[in-house]
Amino acid sequence: MHKLIDLQHITKAFDQNIVLDDMSLYIRENEFLTLLGPSGCGKTTTLRIIGGFESPDKGQVIFDGTDITSRPPNRRPLNTVFQKYALFPHMNIGENIAFGLRIKNKSRAYIRDKINYALKLVNLDGYEKRMPDSLSGGQQQRIAIARAIVNEPRVLLLDEPLGALDLKLRQDMQYELIRLKNELGITFIYVTHDQEEALTMSDTIVVMNQGYIQQIGTPERIYNEPENAFVADFIGDSNIIGGIMIRDELVEILGTRFPCVDTGFGQNRPVDVVIRPEDVELTSPQQGILQGIVSHVIFKGVHYEMEVMASGFEWLVQSTKMFSVGTQVGLYVEPFNIQIMNKPTSEDEEAIGVNE
Amino acid sequence: MKKAMRNLYIALIFLFLYAPILTLIVLSFNASRSRAKWGGFTLKWYQTMFRNDAILQALSNTLLIAFLSALAATVIGTVACISMQAMKRRNRAILMGITNIPMLNADIVTGISLMLLFLTLGLRFGFMTILLSHITFNIPYVILSVMPRMRQLNPSIYEAALDLGASHTHAFFRVVFPDILPGVLSGFLMAFTMSLDDFIITHFTKGPGVDTLSTKIYTEVKKGIKPEMYALSTLIFVTVLVLLFLVNRPPAGKKETGQTP
Amino acid sequence: MNKKSLAFPYILWAGAFIVIPLCMVFYYGMTDKTGAFTLSNIITIATAEHAKALVLSIELSLASTAICFFLAYPLAMILTDMHVSTHSFVVLIFILPMWMNFLLRTLAWQTLLEKTGVINSILQLIHLPGLDIINTPGAIILGMVYNFLPFMVLPIYNALSKIDTNVINAARDLGANGMQTFFRIIFPLSLPGIISGITMVFIPALTTFVISTLLGGSKILLIGNVIEQEFTQTGNWHLGSGLSIVLMIFILINMVAEAVFDREGEGTRL
Repeated sequence: MHKLIDLQHITKAFDQNIVLDDMSLYIRENEFLTLLGPSGCGKTTTLRIIGGFESPDKGQVIFDGTDITSRPPNRRPLNTVFQKYALFPHMNIGENIAFGLRIKNKSRAYIRDKINYALKLVNLDGYEKRMPDSLSGGQQQRIAIARAIVNEPRVLLLDEPLGALDLKLRQDMQYELIRLKNELGITFIYVTHDQEEALTMSDTIVVMNQGYIQQIGTPERIYNEPENAFVADFIGDSNIIGGIMIRDELVEILGTRFPCVDTGFGQNRPVDVVIRPEDVELTSPQQGILQGIVSHVIFKGVHYEMEVMASGFEWLVQSTKMFSVGTQVGLYVEPFNIQIMNKPTSEDEEAIGVNE
Repeated sequence: MKKAMRNLYIALIFLFLYAPILTLIVLSFNASRSRAKWGGFTLKWYQTMFRNDAILQALSNTLLIAFLSALAATVIGTVACISMQAMKRRNRAILMGITNIPMLNADIVTGISLMLLFLTLGLRFGFMTILLSHITFNIPYVILSVMPRMRQLNPSIYEAALDLGASHTHAFFRVVFPDILPGVLSGFLMAFTMSLDDFIITHFTKGPGVDTLSTKIYTEVKKGIKPEMYALSTLIFVTVLVLLFLVNRPPAGKKETGQTP
Repeated sequence: MNKKSLAFPYILWAGAFIVIPLCMVFYYGMTDKTGAFTLSNIITIATAEHAKALVLSIELSLASTAICFFLAYPLAMILTDMHVSTHSFVVLIFILPMWMNFLLRTLAWQTLLEKTGVINSILQLIHLPGLDIINTPGAIILGMVYNFLPFMVLPIYNALSKIDTNVINAARDLGANGMQTFFRIIFPLSLPGIISGITMVFIPALTTFVISTLLGGSKILLIGNVIEQEFTQTGNWHLGSGLSIVLMIFILINMVAEAVFDREGEGTRL
């Protein structure tokens, strides 16, 4: 598919502090792409470079075949939804939405139609005379989206748009954004530090840390096959254990050999092993590959979360079945639920190590 | 290029604001008694200044009034801020409105209104009347400096202190007061400075024989300012400059101001 | 709660030294020497002598307010852009100069402006015609601008620095160029600061008697000089109070204008 935006070798530093280091990334037309990472990973800077609010020290931004690196934001065919909405406080909702259209000298009738259309789209019919500060956070957020999309951008940039909303509203807005994206048929580039948000909405997730891209892939791939310990740890809960790849399809963890499905790591190589807590099955001691003792139990609603001490490692386990503290249990993992990752080899990769 | 223009603009404005001050400093070293002529460098005004009782008396009046009025205004203003928190919204708005009057009103009107009051009360015009007037126009500066701090204050910390067993007084002085202290201090300094620089209100509320530096200078305008006055002003200005420099360059680099960023 | 009673000293003080004195100005302004009600003290503003002083005051203070505005706005914008800390900036333009006496500072302009003074010497050096503005209304305007410029810079600076940079980014993002962003977003959002600045410059400029005495020679009378003379020389408090009431009408108009524009209440003020 066609590359709509192509970031080539982008480097950006603020006062010696390198935020993005030789980053390359392309975004396809009509894609919902999420930049995901902890604060300071460079995701917002990437978005601001695409929006034109920041210029890269090195590298190019190519939009649909044209180099737009030095174009000011007002001459880029994309619009932004800002973190704290950034509505114009001295204008009412209608004027806010009309702002971009008035700049482009659109006719009155056109502007009126567009306002009505946009307000309907975000379910805020009849709000055009209200002032921004009389609206709730969620409503302001929708207006910010309406204000951006009436300009018919080919790409909508969203900078942590749901960050200031409470949990319930955030979940509702996630569905709303997916619906909007499908109705509009345009490209969304979304920035968040919330992995759940990223997993729910995206076609493609770009996991970033300390100025480097860690992994690019679909939500399923990112979750099920993290490429390194950082991604595994950042996305969902996981047990990350140092191990040795004995040979193809056999890995030694904590002195015990586990059959797995991964190949191509060589023989007797140190690796990192990721096992998701919901993939650890608790059995009777005899049936498990490892034996351990339950040390903590917490009820989480849909499941119990337990910590099991086995072979000197505290395993995180999620299960709908409860085992009380002190119970002797066995641990079993299906071979395809064991994910093998290379250990970091260079210093650069070391920097991306687990730190959360 | 654009940056150079900006810096030039700032430099010009600062030149405009500080040129007269520089002139006065230069004049304080001028051997000629005339403002218009440069008669060579001298330090003699700095020596004779200390023998001029009238100037020294005016200086001590000025500093004493500035200090006492700032202190009184700080106490009254801070207490007022605390109590206003507990007031009903409407009463508070009225009181804040009244507080704003001396700031919004012309100094000349404030001055004559106080003069009329003191005349009616039959007070003897002098040190006391100046002091009362200065306290009056200083209180708003304290309130406007403490109020924002007060508002930022999380009411829970006061309650938390009570919850942990502190008495009301104890909770206030140990928990609330340290938090609003920067506002109180900057209010005090503001009040002190305002009092020091005031001429108009003092002009209407002073009596014969009692002078501050401002009123002394005003009476000297027609006869010609004594060069000792330049020497004294230079001395005050340089002292404050040095103090500011010392305060603003602590090794820790800590910056605590009343403003929110 | 006894917290409320803590307000008592201040309420008492404000009543005795703010409200009552103001009432007395109104009382004196609307009575004659016998204590009978009269409006003649106020109407006297219409006589040629007083009207001339008032008109001149208005002219000079409008001119200095305008000059202050045009000097202050770019300065405030530059300072906002540079992200200087408000605190150090307030000290530098506002507090520090005050420690050099206000009368002396203003008088120093005489030295600078004199025919053979510093400024004319410099002008001569670069072959420009000399300035001869001492003891003219021009010198008074300069004195007003000099003394009140910080009162204009500060509220505008406060208003500008409160504008969320993302609001400006949003305007750019929606297609506005630099000029459009300024006139549609930045300028309207700084209006409360501008109004506050105008009030804070116009009122003291309108009512001053010191600057005109120091820089205008003895011939130029402003309304402030007239009132001052009524109180300290002629001793006609009734007339002086009456003219003060006229001044307060202007102050009131200004306050209302400010209240309308600055709905947040305080904040843009120092």
